[in-house]
Amino acid sequence: MPSMTLAEKIIASAAGLSSVTPGEIVTCKVDLAMIHDSSGPRRAGKMLDELGVPIWDKEKLVVITDHYTNDPDPGSLKIQAITHKWVNDKKLPHFFPEQGICHVVLPEKGFLKPGLFCVGGDSHSTTGGAFGAFMVGIGATEMVGVMATGEIWIRVPQTLQVNISGQLSPGLAAKDVILKLCGEIGVMGANYMVVDYCGTAVQAMSIDERMTLTNMAAELGAKTGLIVPDKVTSDWLTAAGVKNIDIMNWQNDKNATVAKVIDMDATTLCPQVAAPSNPENTSDVTDYSGTFVEQAYIGACTGAKLADLRMAAAVVRGHKVVKGMRFFVAPATTHIQDLAQTEGTLEILKDAGAVVLPSGCGGCIGQGAARLEENMTGISTTNRNFVGRAGPASSELYLGSAYSVAAAALTGKITDPREFL
Amino acid sequence: MTINRHLIEGRAWVYGDNIDTDQLAPIHSYKDKNAEEGCKFCLESIDPNFSMKVEDGDIFVAGANMGIGSSREQAPLHLKLLGIRAILAKSFSRIFYRNTLNLGVSALICLEVERISSGDILNVDPLKGRVNNLTTGETLECDPLPEHLMEIINDGGLMPHLKRKLF
Repeated sequence: MPSMTLAEKIIASAAGLSSVTPGEIVTCKVDLAMIHDSSGPRRAGKMLDELGVPIWDKEKLVVITDHYTNDPDPGSLKIQAITHKWVNDKKLPHFFPEQGICHVVLPEKGFLKPGLFCVGGDSHSTTGGAFGAFMVGIGATEMVGVMATGEIWIRVPQTLQVNISGQLSPGLAAKDVILKLCGEIGVMGANYMVVDYCGTAVQAMSIDERMTLTNMAAELGAKTGLIVPDKVTSDWLTAAGVKNIDIMNWQNDKNATVAKVIDMDATTLCPQVAAPSNPENTSDVTDYSGTFVEQAYIGACTGAKLADLRMAAAVVRGHKVVKGMRFFVAPATTHIQDLAQTEGTLEILKDAGAVVLPSGCGGCIGQGAARLEENMTGISTTNRNFVGRAGPASSELYLGSAYSVAAAALTGKITDPREFL
Repeated sequence: MTINRHLIEGRAWVYGDNIDTDQLAPIHSYKDKNAEEGCKFCLESIDPNFSMKVEDGDIFVAGANMGIGSSREQAPLHLKLLGIRAILAKSFSRIFYRNTLNLGVSALICLEVERISSGDILNVDPLKGRVNNLTTGETLECDPLPEHLMEIINDGGLMPHLKRKLF
């Protein structure tokens, strides 16, 4: 059998083939599909009902609400009502309403493991690659096809290997790595490819940090991101209650072909900030030092996991936010919020002046209290800063790590977080 | 398959690189509005008059990375409802590409889009991978759609395609 990458092995297995090669178009059986309240029941669900066919396998469908859970406005309430009704009508076994952001809830509940071929009705479904699963984002109509047939066509992607050597210095995070990469290769730098993150710095990362890398493979234009599973993966999954975890069979073959390799040195990396209004407008934090910001937001699937909250706490411990600053923390899931509360991390953030918001997509998509106002400039741990995403078109958004966002909350300006560590 | 059924002829609207899904479908355009209403907000942040200018049968021409961003299908749906019948771009963001074809609108990779100006009349053949610019008289190459995608386009999108396959 020819040498294959992990991605190729998962696709071949899902397609029932002994091997696949990049460029080939194959039809895969889906092991797991995830939908949320925005593109799920109210769009894909409605179309599936129009088609009048049953869901191929209810055990393999997970529904999570996170997009319109922050505001009690009539529009949001109606979407929640539609979601609940559809799930009840279909008698779906896996429904997690208002427990946090889908990309983080899904692994927390034990649905992901190495070797699975998964789809999600959201572009950041790439996050699943942190667990050695091949997971891609798809749109609503495509999801109808999956729910009806359990299958999807895919063009086998080429591999972009990102080898991150050395180790991250104090005050640096996976977010700095991925923003640097966005700056280096741009938002179409990995179009149609799978990004395989490897190297000593990745091996040393926690699952939370690995999820930041795979999440933002979407910002590189990639089909998905993947990190080859290891003991860190299996320990995390075991703790989440996952059974039958196979690490050994889901590795890259030694001589597998990769289309391109990018080498990065984590040791010399500076904290990174992406300026408005594209994640590739990235530069060292020091290049933007002094830029005035009125809001700091620690939130989103990519930026409010427990590791992110701990980073923010390390910066603000014993300090207060600058007068007039709006400092919001929206833990990615209610489970993370509970953990942060128990260990004292949330208290440190609140003591500094953080307002804790409900878990959900919230400010990242311009919903809830953290929506930017007209002409407002903010900094956040989210993954996109396109015009009009997090607020009106006149607002501007910088992206940074939880360290950098917390530092800006204290000073009211973009600040090198290492000054506080 | 009838011979010329897939040919598309229309007027071009030319935009640049990285047209993103927040521009095509800002959240206030689809959270609590139906798509017929929401499509009026399409591209308002870069061209407030776009939805009023575009007409049925027109062709959208973009630079690189067309449709970057979210998986929201309202992005290509808004273009479709405004009358866009084909989208040509140097490259596409992958989810937008699939969403567009799933809605029955041809999405074609054309490296020579610079030779198209807004207002040009184009004749597009997605099967042969050819764009005739009737205004300039030039013929441009584009990647032909693979057979399995042409089948979806000929059926009018993935929904009618599924109806045909499943019943």
